[in-house]
Amino acid sequence: MAFDNLSDRLQMSLRRVTGKGRLTEKDIEEMMREVRLSLLEADVNFKVVKEFTKVVKEQAMGERILKGLNPGQQVVKIVHDELKNIMGEKVAPLTLNMIGITKIMMVGLQGSGKTTTSGKLAYFLRKNNNLKPLLVALDIYRPAAIEQLKTIGAQLNVDVFEMGIFEKPQTIIKKAFEFAVANGNNLIIADTAGRLHIDEPMMQELIDIRDILKPEEILLNLDAMTGQDAVNVASSFHSALHVTGAILTKLDGDTRGGAALSLRQVTNIAIKFMGMGEKLDQLEVFHPDRMASRILGMGDVLTLVDKVTENIDEDDMMNLMEKMMSGKYNYNDFLKQLKMLKRMGSLGGMMKLIPGMNKAMKGANIDEKQTVYIKAIIQSMTKAERKNPKLISRSSSRRRRVAKGSGRSVSDVNKLIQSLEQQTQMMKKMSSMDPSKMNSANTLGAMRNTKTKQKKGKGKNKSRFRY
Amino acid sequence: MGVFRNLFKSKAKRVNAQKYRLGMSRTRAGVFSNLKLLLETSQIINDDLFDELEELFIMADIGVDTVIKFVNHLRDTVQLNNISSPRDLKEIIIEEMFKLYVKDEIVSSNLDIQKDRLNIVLFVGVNGAGKTTTIGKVANEYISKGKKVLMVAGDTFRAGAINQLKIWSEKVNASFYAKEAGSDPSSVMFDAIKYARENDIEIILCDTAGRLQNKVNLMKELGKISKVITRECEGAPHETLLVVDATTGQNGLSQAKIFNEVTNITGIVLTKLDGTAKGGIVLAIKDELNIPIKYVGLGEKIDDLEHFDIEEYIYGMFSDIF
Repeated sequence: MAFDNLSDRLQMSLRRVTGKGRLTEKDIEEMMREVRLSLLEADVNFKVVKEFTKVVKEQAMGERILKGLNPGQQVVKIVHDELKNIMGEKVAPLTLNMIGITKIMMVGLQGSGKTTTSGKLAYFLRKNNNLKPLLVALDIYRPAAIEQLKTIGAQLNVDVFEMGIFEKPQTIIKKAFEFAVANGNNLIIADTAGRLHIDEPMMQELIDIRDILKPEEILLNLDAMTGQDAVNVASSFHSALHVTGAILTKLDGDTRGGAALSLRQVTNIAIKFMGMGEKLDQLEVFHPDRMASRILGMGDVLTLVDKVTENIDEDDMMNLMEKMMSGKYNYNDFLKQLKMLKRMGSLGGMMKLIPGMNKAMKGANIDEKQTVYIKAIIQSMTKAERKNPKLISRSSSRRRRVAKGSGRSVSDVNKLIQSLEQQTQMMKKMSSMDPSKMNSANTLGAMRNTKTKQKKGKGKNKSRFRY
Repeated sequence: MGVFRNLFKSKAKRVNAQKYRLGMSRTRAGVFSNLKLLLETSQIINDDLFDELEELFIMADIGVDTVIKFVNHLRDTVQLNNISSPRDLKEIIIEEMFKLYVKDEIVSSNLDIQKDRLNIVLFVGVNGAGKTTTIGKVANEYISKGKKVLMVAGDTFRAGAINQLKIWSEKVNASFYAKEAGSDPSSVMFDAIKYARENDIEIILCDTAGRLQNKVNLMKELGKISKVITRECEGAPHETLLVVDATTGQNGLSQAKIFNEVTNITGIVLTKLDGTAKGGIVLAIKDELNIPIKYVGLGEKIDDLEHFDIEEYIYGMFSDIF
């Protein structure tokens, strides 16, 4: 998934805050530094990063937050909202003519994926909008570009108009329009040659084509892997042509895709589609809000935060998390946790909501029905056994007794013992998540945090603990 | 003036550097004029100045880790040598950047092409990086040196890719080998090597389909291509060049890492450097993976491919400062 690394880093920096009861200015500074670095590593343009962290910091420093009950969550929300803000709130649809011919012009740098995306877009609009597309080959420069478009056209069974490489694109597009009218096509997709945004004669050619075609949409194809230069590229194309939208290509790679953020913020061009693969049906509508969540990997956490606060007694939750983190986790907690999870809904779904859990839980199967059995097994234990899991794991006669009492097999009991151990370990892992990515100072900080958390549980601040 | 002036002693170098200068003039105007301005307007060397430097280098797409390391190193050097004027800083920046790349080694940008053997060069990279065009340009270089070059159409997937390479081969008078679209690229390589032996070819340039480095199956396919080449010709591929678009940001590092795991990359070709992109990620690639840059693409014309020369690269970036 794209953005994986960005969400990891942001999660790291935010996790430290999420666990805290109160934020100091230093906390926020520290967090903003992480946010800044991770965005930069994600290729978000420098200016955008600056702006972003400034806004988030100002909001986080506001009184509203510091006096709030759970500042950690609120900071998460601020970051998320601001990200959403930049990415744009709504899905930006294409402008399509109901009557007559819709004209779309594809522009971009060399190798940004215009020709492939032209084919994808033709397929997409034919399928979803029932249009009859005509692909027009205007790339007379790159060897075999026309043939590439023709091959794609043949694969999709879409009409392709070309006049070879000896006519000027301006002439070709004129003839193409006449052809579309005669041929009954109501969608023209013009595949222009890739060019550098600073190549003036070539940019003039695009302006000429635009003035002849008068397209409803001029779509800038931008490689999702583009670095800091994305802003230059986008703003040059935009100022020359008044681009109406962008398509982010190659987003199925492992790029963090910060270019998407930059593009939005600096040029305000809406991203309309994203290329998700080499096959011609792998074009998806770009959902900015979903993308913002995906960048953060936090959208789910927000949902979790909401769900948890809705359904769970905070003290219970706190005690539970604390026990998990400290490794003193027993069958009573297990039972309690089951009840909580049941109140919140599906187990599997819930696990997915916890960051890091998704990966950690891979391979561990959760069957809803199992919860009933587990409950029965635990309830067949003595109070002492529930408190001290070692009693059960060390004595086979106790295990046999419990199995008999609950009507399950001994191996089921063993499985439960294993899963308790697994969970304890997983929680330990979670509380010391990915230390390799943190510098030593941060690790120390995180360790200190966990310790204070444990203490807080017993003290007066205990209700402030939040996951 | 130290090292930097010495770099350009020879006249030939200076002439060659002009090409970089022209190609990269936009690059410079974008970022490094700011550097000039910054250094000239700053009164003292302080943390703010270093922060601004950090920003400038990051804007050039030099990897974040490398930048932080580099700026810290600058800081130390400044302290160690007791430098107080920001104007003196520019020399140090250039010198250190040069060292960052060279690291006391001899870095050659020549390909390992030898007489009296079949030389095989494999070109790999993500989609749209410019592999096919680069092959055309490299072929042109060796043909003009009188070598017999064979271009092999290993991209059997993308529509029009085979024909694109064929047109290039006609343009530069290279031999050309292809099978029909959709064939197994490994089998294309196998047959191409046989063909090359029968026809006294000296250099085989193998095109491959663009692939994103996180596509496991496509990377396996590439591994197989490389393996088949090694099996059919001992010691080959003699060069495996990763083609990287200069506009690429931090992802370039991930590309280099993963491609290197699969095929053992021997060099980088940095394409499309004639735009406003700085291609600074190659410095991070060299720094972290020690993969040298072999070529830079500075335009669309057939001879717009230059052997990479760190001196010229730095000169192209910084010549405005002096």
